Amino acid sequence: MTLFEVDRLTYSYERLTALDQLTLSIPEGSRVALLGANGSGKSTLLRLLDGLYFGQSGAVRFRGDELTEDLFAHDDFALEFRREVGLVFQNPDVQLFNPTVFDEVAFSPLQLRWPKAEVRARVDEILNRLRIFHLKDRVPHRLSGGEKKRVALASVLVLDPAVLLLDEPTAALDPRSQSQLIDLLVEWGGGAKSVITATHDLRDLGDIADRCYVLDGGRLAAEAPPEEILRDSELLQRANLIHAHRHRHASGAMHSHPHTHSDE
Amino acid sequence: MSGFHSHRRGGLIERTIEGLYLAMERALHAENSAKGGGLLQRLDPRVKVAGLFALILASALAVRLWVIAAIFALAILLAALSLISIRMLAGRVWIGALTFTGAIAIPALFLTPGFPVYSLPGLHWTVTAQGVATASYLILRVETAATLALLLIFTTPWMHVLKALRIFHVPVVFVVILGMTCRYILLMLQTAHEMFESRKSRTVGAMSPGEQRRMAVSGASVLLTKTFQLSGDVYLAMQSRGFRGEVYLLDDFQMKRLDWMAAMAFTVLTAAAVWAGR
Repeated sequence: MTLFEVDRLTYSYERLTALDQLTLSIPEGSRVALLGANGSGKSTLLRLLDGLYFGQSGAVRFRGDELTEDLFAHDDFALEFRREVGLVFQNPDVQLFNPTVFDEVAFSPLQLRWPKAEVRARVDEILNRLRIFHLKDRVPHRLSGGEKKRVALASVLVLDPAVLLLDEPTAALDPRSQSQLIDLLVEWGGGAKSVITATHDLRDLGDIADRCYVLDGGRLAAEAPPEEILRDSELLQRANLIHAHRHRHASGAMHSHPHTHSDE
Repeated sequence: MSGFHSHRRGGLIERTIEGLYLAMERALHAENSAKGGGLLQRLDPRVKVAGLFALILASALAVRLWVIAAIFALAILLAALSLISIRMLAGRVWIGALTFTGAIAIPALFLTPGFPVYSLPGLHWTVTAQGVATASYLILRVETAATLALLLIFTTPWMHVLKALRIFHVPVVFVVILGMTCRYILLMLQTAHEMFESRKSRTVGAMSPGEQRRMAVSGASVLLTKTFQLSGDVYLAMQSRGFRGEVYLLDDFQMKRLDWMAAMAFTVLTAAAVWAGR
């Protein structure tokens, strides 16, 4: 069954076209990586998939329903969609607006009008699972970068959404936090959930995705399994995901090879 | 780690931004409320919102100076009973309100026609009794309203204020705008501080006050654009997590005996102030 269907979708920020006649299809239960350099349209696509932006032309369909502003005006659909689809923003600061970590994580279930006892129990559970229970009374925006990212993730995972949209989840994290986050995402939902990750970090691609879409200038440049994408260095260079790096060896000989940048 | 450190020194503009940020953050997160056991902190937010707003309205309607002064004295008493430092109120509220209102009120001293009481030596500008009265009304009203409003903010978590407003049927759009405005100001001050830090890290030697002012002006448009974008993203993040304009909290508001007594007291005092201030 198709989870998201993107059909000739165009989205522009005033004169800048972020997505240009993009067409792709994401099956239910899949783990997808949206690959592309900065400005390729990945973050914009995630916001369109989350029903926060609406394209100027074309359509985004979620399980067959076309996502429109009119549809989101209905509480029933909007709340059910928010329950099913969670987005973790690239910059955790925009996602942390409550006075304490506990309030932050409790925000979504309260908006969805869960019973209060259930909200308390679920927040405690997710804080423990992400090993941030000790932060529950702290002011979110005063945490370290890694802690903020975990709180932002907890604030979305608390709903146990069927679809998780992640925008550069490992950006600005130290290697240990990156690895812990990847482990968590791999384990999350026992692999039964749909996870769509926008990234330009190719290192953990095999762990987080079984399908990759490469975006270049707002258009789909390629669609293939991770191992195939990683083998195609010409495609990766064209999409600015790797570049030829020249350096001098001790012998004095110059040498160049493809090179990735994970934290830009 | 992000956030501000109070030991940091800098120019006047930088220190002002830092001070504003800390005051705003403290107000929004109601640290006093969380820790304090004062009178207002123990009251139901609905009683505080309605009672303090009623007193602000009474001070605005009063045409007798002593009535406004009495409401101001009551505000100071409430601050003391709520364990809010009078010194902090003077520094953060009264001096600021006096500066801004004074700029408007001072011309009234000379321009309002009436009985002359004093003449400025050298300039021969005459201060009139009616001018003094007009300026006093304006300044005292603003000081009273600002003190009462700040009492609410300092003793009530911000989300509780918003929820109480919704209970009083204040429109969703107004509550959302109010909430986002506060978040916008906080983000703007935070971004401004980071811009100062960034600029300072690339600057050799001390900057003169003039250079600091020029830097502040040149960065203003960038600051507004960045903050606008950030606060837009915050709103999107709220929407993404199910926010539809209503405020839902874990804490239930419950009227206790003290709340009913306070509600009665606010009603009586407001009615008395309106009657006496006619």
